[in-house]
Amino acid sequence: MTPLLSIRGLSKRFTLHQRGGVALDVLRDFSLDLRAGECVAITGPSGTGKSTVLKCIHRTYRPTAGVITLTPAPGQAVDLAGADDRAVLHARRHWIGCATQFLRVIPRVSALDLVAEPMLETAAPDDTEARAAARRAAARLLTRLDLGTHLHALPPATFSGGEQQRVNLARTFAVPRPLLLLDEPTASLDAANAERVIGLAREALDRGAAILAVFHDPQVRARLASRVVTVATET
Amino acid sequence: MQADVAELDKTEPSNRPAPEAAVDRPRLAVHGLTRDHGAGRGCFDVSFDLWPGEVIAVVGESGSGKSTLLACLGGLGRPDRGQVLLDHAEHGGVDLHHVSERARRDLLRTTIGFVHQNPRDGLRMNVSAGANVGERLMALGWRHWGRIRAETSRWLARVELDAQRIDDRPSDWSGGMQQRLQIARSLVTAPRVLLLDEPTAGLDVSVQARLLDLLRTLVRDGRLAVVIVTHDLAVARLLADRTLVMQGGRVVEAGLTDQVLEDPQAAYTQLLVSAQLQA
Repeated sequence: MTPLLSIRGLSKRFTLHQRGGVALDVLRDFSLDLRAGECVAITGPSGTGKSTVLKCIHRTYRPTAGVITLTPAPGQAVDLAGADDRAVLHARRHWIGCATQFLRVIPRVSALDLVAEPMLETAAPDDTEARAAARRAAARLLTRLDLGTHLHALPPATFSGGEQQRVNLARTFAVPRPLLLLDEPTASLDAANAERVIGLAREALDRGAAILAVFHDPQVRARLASRVVTVATET
Repeated sequence: MQADVAELDKTEPSNRPAPEAAVDRPRLAVHGLTRDHGAGRGCFDVSFDLWPGEVIAVVGESGSGKSTLLACLGGLGRPDRGQVLLDHAEHGGVDLHHVSERARRDLLRTTIGFVHQNPRDGLRMNVSAGANVGERLMALGWRHWGRIRAETSRWLARVELDAQRIDDRPSDWSGGMQQRLQIARSLVTAPRVLLLDEPTAGLDVSVQARLLDLLRTLVRDGRLAVVIVTHDLAVARLLADRTLVMQGGRVVEAGLTDQVLEDPQAAYTQLLVSAQLQA
């Protein structure tokens, strides 16, 4: 069976023009297959390009070399390394969920609306039923991640780091996308909340999603990941 | 009254978004657009496609040609070379700069919305707020005063202006209110393409946030196709799917907004991004 995600020879070099064109090779010749329903953890010493792999797949970074084939359904393969911007936007909207430690706060938008937003991308603007349903689902997710209803109507700008991270995770898990990229998803969370995130991730895996993640916490990694791949840059 | 409204619904020309064509086409297709003001000023050989529901930010410093580009897209300036193909609801791709003057005026009235940096350039300050919005409907052919007023009130509410102030002249209003009125005036005709020239420049930060949030909602709910010119990378980050970086009249980089900001390729973009204050 075709893997959901197949990475071959992925490399990322940053050329710093402000520093006289010095080149930084943060990732070299990385390969990986990821199948539906499995969670793979990326490990390696700090600064070896773990997050770079995730950002290249999401195309926040432009890969320097390599192929990133995403096959969400038979015959729908797309090479995210070479796809044009519009194809990448389409892939993000439908197939790739991504959570980092940091929430990009939008002024005046409530936590509830932030989480409901990804569920409404395909709904018509006047579909009030879909809107109400999305808001109910968002409220359930936030509550499940221990963000009480008194916080739902507030813009998360004033939230703590852990609270913002949970809003971000709720946003990511709100839509059942086939590929989830998680960058240190429990970094600012206490044990109880890390447990809740593990529960959500397991449910996603059970419905057939694949997760590629960088975990800072070895215990969370051990409990979620069925496999570990190591990145290491040559020096 | 109700029956009257239902009857008139059939006779007033539509200001509702046209249904999407079965074939996916760009709303705006720009090819090799050049407007040379001399001395290296202007815009040169700019090409891009703008798709339905997409927001493109054009960033760059003063004098980089971004406003010249926008003026050519909005029919306010004429390019020396190149094409601006607009996806007209009925006629398909129409070249904005190669149609009759009359057809061009018609396109500008129905198909393009333009929001100027300075509300004074986009509003008529000596007539009421309601007239500023309503006259755009009249230009579409609306004739029933009650319908025009009702639709105008609806749009004032959508841009968070108090409908009670429909008879005020905007000259006494704050910059933020004027800018919201300009947006209502631009959107009331359901344009296929919305062009915004530094819409938040010169506004207080809190007013800026409100305007940006409003734009974000309108863009998302209306599946608008938008080109927004800004020197503020945070505005691009908040609103735009894709970003074009201009320097010296040329597009030096184009990409997904998060990629342009986090992995800028061109030397100039790297300079621009590294000069931005982190908030």
